[in-house]
Amino acid sequence: MSDLAWIQGAMASARPQAIGALLRYFRDLDTAEEAFQDACLRALKNWPANGPPRDPTAWLIMVGRNAALDGVRKRARNTALPPEEQISDLADVEAPMAERLDGDHYRDDVLRLLFICCHPDLPPTQQIALALRIVSGLSVKQIARAFLVGEAAMEQRITRAKARIARADVAFEAPGPVERSERLAAVAAMIYLVFTEGYSAAGGEARGQFSDEAIRLGRLLLRLFTNEPEIMGLTALMLLQHARTPARFDAAGEVVLLDDQDRSLWNGKMIAEGLALIDKAIRHRRRGPYQVQAAIAALHARAATPADTDWAQIDLLYAALELMQPSPVVTLNRAVAVSKARGPAEALAMIAPLEDRLAGYFHFYGVKGGLLMQLGREAEARTAFDQAIARANSAPEAAHIRMHLDRLMKDGERSA
Amino acid sequence: MLYAILCYNEEDAVFSWTQDQEAKVMADLTQVQDKLVAQNRLGPVARLLPTTAATTLRKGGEQLVIDGPFAETKEQLLGFYVVDCADLEGALAVARDLAAANPGPGSYEIRPLLLFHPNAALAASAVAGVAAS
Repeated sequence: MSDLAWIQGAMASARPQAIGALLRYFRDLDTAEEAFQDACLRALKNWPANGPPRDPTAWLIMVGRNAALDGVRKRARNTALPPEEQISDLADVEAPMAERLDGDHYRDDVLRLLFICCHPDLPPTQQIALALRIVSGLSVKQIARAFLVGEAAMEQRITRAKARIARADVAFEAPGPVERSERLAAVAAMIYLVFTEGYSAAGGEARGQFSDEAIRLGRLLLRLFTNEPEIMGLTALMLLQHARTPARFDAAGEVVLLDDQDRSLWNGKMIAEGLALIDKAIRHRRRGPYQVQAAIAALHARAATPADTDWAQIDLLYAALELMQPSPVVTLNRAVAVSKARGPAEALAMIAPLEDRLAGYFHFYGVKGGLLMQLGREAEARTAFDQAIARANSAPEAAHIRMHLDRLMKDGERSA
Repeated sequence: MLYAILCYNEEDAVFSWTQDQEAKVMADLTQVQDKLVAQNRLGPVARLLPTTAATTLRKGGEQLVIDGPFAETKEQLLGFYVVDCADLEGALAVARDLAAANPGPGSYEIRPLLLFHPNAALAASAVAGVAAS
């Protein structure tokens, strides 16, 4: 690997910790980002000449802090900056700094940085944009392209979101255990948002890379908060879902449903990692929604063919999830498992009471149509599929339902 | 003399490889391995899952199971086992048996394997060689 690639890699992996620590010093996001930027520029000049530091993260934090402090002084007194060697000369301070970094506030720095991105006043898309910009370091251009908006518009959105955060009261002292676990839960939800935003993108769309970023953030949290079963569950869930990505779209960009996917395309490395994380989480005997969803994804991952899927177990897991997170969408998903394990009639009865609450939901009518079709109630199935198409969010979704309708039509002709 | 070659790299980078990058690296490494296999010089090859998948059993005094990799800097890697277990509990049970047999200080880090080639042919001849020397 070239020097430059190594330096860029080191800067990218140092970013969350370094900006988190700089935010703690300066209590201002823009200053922290600028300080980090400044340190990176100096690293590009300094590291190839002097060799890489033993702890690149500590180096970037110290140099960023010195540079920002000098910037403040310079503005105050309008005097020249000290020569470059003085700012970047860290031979003496690096060791104690590195030791201090190992401590608890290192974890809390990263958690705080992620937590401010999920301010409840910010709509989900802004939370995602902010986290990708600040924590992952994606450029505004990359994020704008992914969200299909202009660069200037995205810049403005991020600036507004930052202003909102600046007005908010973020606690900079180390959080207590209760607050820490509340922050972790909010951050986990935000990371999963980033993931699903990427996961919902069709093949080849720029948003697809969000899923990789979310997994990276999940692993980062796992390394900092090693004994949180829900963080293990979250990361496992993302890995197990993302493992299927190579099989989720066909050459024409159409959605391929789980049952029809070529399972040899699934990413075995991600599946192995996901399964290992669930195994770790189970030992804690503290179930949570991410773990249960990951366990469901694991049962799909373990089935060599769709027919091998343990639907009875999936039904039980959805039942557990319904208790933790009662939601009509969870019940709808459970109904799919019930239809496989106990037949379509029981599943149809299960979703009937959901119609009021899911009246605008594409998948509800897709599932309903599918169940009616299995029961041979073709006219009703056709109505449900028409309702689904009217509520489809994307062309592939509509195309998929149309395929069912075509099949019904053909069957109708044959029996006529 | 038998040598172990331990592989170090940044796991975040390695576990973010695309499937194409992955296939290329593995194919290149396999070429080197195949040569050694043909000479009957290669023993077991294993690829580990990242440290986030690790669990550590601290022994000596009261045993303690810790999520995450081995983190002490004053102890060094001195050996390893590859065991087949149904799940993490099974692997921990084996580690506890080892701890009971050797109750002094130290740790066992348990890391699931992503990939394993036993290359058993060398195992047979080399073990005989080590025993004889």
